[in-house]
Amino acid sequence: MATAAEESALDFAAVVKTHRPQIFRFLLASTRDPDLAETLTQDCFLKAHRNWKSFRGDSSAMTWLMRIAINLQKDHWRNRRMQFWRQTRTNAVDLDEASEWLPSGESSAETRLLAQERVGQVWKAVEGLSERQRTVFLLRFVEEMELSEIGRTTGLSEGTVKAHLSRALARVRGELGGKR
Amino acid sequence: MSSMNQFDGGREEQKDLAGAGAQDAELEQALKDFRLTVHAWSEAAYNRPRRVEAGLRRRAFRTWRLAAGWALGCALVVGGVSGGVYERHHAMEVAKIRAAQEAEHQRQMAAQKAAEEEEALARVDSDVSREVPSAMEPLAQLMGDEGTR
Repeated sequence: MATAAEESALDFAAVVKTHRPQIFRFLLASTRDPDLAETLTQDCFLKAHRNWKSFRGDSSAMTWLMRIAINLQKDHWRNRRMQFWRQTRTNAVDLDEASEWLPSGESSAETRLLAQERVGQVWKAVEGLSERQRTVFLLRFVEEMELSEIGRTTGLSEGTVKAHLSRALARVRGELGGKR
Repeated sequence: MSSMNQFDGGREEQKDLAGAGAQDAELEQALKDFRLTVHAWSEAAYNRPRRVEAGLRRRAFRTWRLAAGWALGCALVVGGVSGGVYERHHAMEVAKIRAAQEAEHQRQMAAQKAAEEEEALARVDSDVSREVPSAMEPLAQLMGDEGTR
């Protein structure tokens, strides 16, 4: 018969297996750096494991994990700003490289090139967003979260989430419109 | 349900886009392509083979570099501070020696001057004693003159 600790460990292992790819994806989209995204993902689950007993299930495990990931990402950028003398270079891939991952589908080469260009413009717009706008935008349009869930994850009201999303979309629209 | 269907079918998302004036098919297509790109990239990056050893080595190298940086920084600070202290101490010592030499020189000059003055005074005394007659000499001469008369 499994003890409570073993059951808890099994639960956590299941949570890791289910949510790790999604957390990694969000951090990858936020940082455009696979190594950094991997490190932050590991840190996220390490922190989650340490606090697993205090997780009461008020929100979904995904919301809880995503909140940890967002905080870790914030801490990371804050620390980088404080340690600007150490290393200013990042390993983030450039926008063109990030746009090359568009699945080919059944489209023609020309359509595909146009689509890649559009994706590059979206990346450029995302790069210019504030940290909070970028987080809200990625949670909405990459992770496809509901507005209420984004609010719970980021600690913002639904109205604020809508406002950030609206500004982010205006920026993306502007970037796409400016290139026509 | 495919991710595209999720995107197209989400009512709330449609409202967002409509609310933001996004009846724009190009925007919708761009956002969909963006999402597909991130998903594909993430999947590829997530499933890539991981080289733990290389990661550990890199981390060890970073740690070593950080430690070396701190050690070098500390050495520079300590060197700078101790160099400054030594320079100040050396300058003070040199100034002390110079002051002592100057005082010795002044003392020697004063002693020499005093000796010269002493010598001059003695010379003057002897000259004066030779030139000036004794107080009884004129009277003795007068008495001598009267005896001869």
